Amino acid sequence: MNETHDARRRFLARTLTAAGTLLVAGCERLSHSEWFPKVLGAGEKLSDAVAHAVTSRKSMAQEFAEADRSPTFRSNGTAEPDTDAYRRLAADGFAGYRLEVDGLVARPASLALAELRALPSRTQITRHDCVEGWSAIAKWKGARLAALLEAAGPKPEARFVVFHCADPMAADETEFYYESIDLEDAFHPQTILAYEMNDAPLPVANGAPIRLRVERQLGYKHAKYVMRIELVESFARIAGGKGGYWEDHGYQWFAGI
Amino acid sequence: MPHATAARPGSGSYLYLRHSLPVRIMHWVNVVALTILLMSGLQIFNAHPALYWGKSSYTGAPPVLQIGMADRGAAGYAGVTRVFGREFDTTGLLGLSANANGQLAGRGFPWWATIPDNPWLAMARAWHFFFAWVLLVNGVVYVAYGAASRHLARDLLPDRDDWRSVGRSIVDHLRFRHPTGEAAKRYNVLQKLAYIAVIFVLLPLVILMGIAMSPWMNSVLPGWVDFFGGRQSARTIHFVAAWLLVAFALVHVFEVVVSGLWNHLRSMVTGRYRVRMEESHERNA
Repeated sequence: MNETHDARRRFLARTLTAAGTLLVAGCERLSHSEWFPKVLGAGEKLSDAVAHAVTSRKSMAQEFAEADRSPTFRSNGTAEPDTDAYRRLAADGFAGYRLEVDGLVARPASLALAELRALPSRTQITRHDCVEGWSAIAKWKGARLAALLEAAGPKPEARFVVFHCADPMAADETEFYYESIDLEDAFHPQTILAYEMNDAPLPVANGAPIRLRVERQLGYKHAKYVMRIELVESFARIAGGKGGYWEDHGYQWFAGI
Repeated sequence: MPHATAARPGSGSYLYLRHSLPVRIMHWVNVVALTILLMSGLQIFNAHPALYWGKSSYTGAPPVLQIGMADRGAAGYAGVTRVFGREFDTTGLLGLSANANGQLAGRGFPWWATIPDNPWLAMARAWHFFFAWVLLVNGVVYVAYGAASRHLARDLLPDRDDWRSVGRSIVDHLRFRHPTGEAAKRYNVLQKLAYIAVIFVLLPLVILMGIAMSPWMNSVLPGWVDFFGGRQSARTIHFVAAWLLVAFALVHVFEVVVSGLWNHLRSMVTGRYRVRMEESHERNA
């Protein structure tokens, strides 16, 4: 009786171990295959479609009270762009900074920080959700991207706004951080080019002199150190072609989930 | 548990159709989806192996749970898990564990518990959100089918007799005594309550708390997440609910093993469950 029990137990243990090993090994092969991640990508498309179906174009991200603000706002990713060009800009308080607005616009522009500050602004206390899982709350003030885009006049074929940043993602400075959003998000009332955080000029660690706030999406969409805004019909020809630095590394373009 | 069929009473035992084909299919879809969701979820957790209570992670209060690595000087590194301020050495399992190639590496949950096995957040999210949809669609279809076929009302909803037998059922479970004969064809009351709690409380909760973590879905009705304590609380509830599902699965598998592994396994594959007649007399007496 005990022997059969032991035999059964051994059989079960072996079966479980084998099943576990097969599961892990099988999933590894699938993760590294060409086709399976594309199948998984259907989940992203479905999430995107459903999230847009159940919200309005102007649905607002939650805003918080002063007391909800995090004691310190965490800096993630680049804390200080490691280029001579950026160091020169930072050295004299970004007096020489210009934000280029170009691509599919009727009136390309080049704006100094003072000109950005003169645009219609919005102040909001919002939560920053990192794809890693943590959240932090801060108060942001910035130029409404809608106001800037209206001044530039997007051409009818423009579909996406691409943010080119100052932080190099490769040591040889051939690759810089970039992000992109669609026009729906670009014209959202809470989408701002923030130049203030918690009532003070935006610190270098958090993207000085300006960073994007696109409140219904995860942290990696909130491009820091924005130098140039380009309107495009498609981002397929920019860098890796997926619409952002992290998107080129496998992360979802729709970062609302 | 529809249709008592293929009955040959008096022959000692007979097979009857215990689980309908849709229930069997949806059961195994659940097994696959929940396993992948758990393991890819642990990989996602590993990207920031700490849990908080509140609207944000940085409220001034320490995390309720944190898994990390501690430098023990000459003793080397240790895996450390902090729960409500208490510190536990979890070297080998949490915080510091051996890679597939045997080398020690600092990480939340070990490689064999996660999909993918090595740190790869983007791929873990792809797996997680795909199978979240599988789980959701499967669950909605199950509840619709269960209502339409009266499977839920007939097999899962406890009746008056069930409520009266709670005490006896607890004793029976503790003694590993399982009903035989005709009584084995019905779920017992603890079993019914466990299934109802999982189907109507735990699974909806884990899905809702997953949705609560989506900044886009927060904008459906700004502030709804505060009902659960805020986004970071929702993340913590999501994690706890997931482990409660694991606890359920362990008890479920344990009960299946001790009450007739092959009979139960057959009934969830082919649908046929063997009822033994001779034992039914003593139990029903």
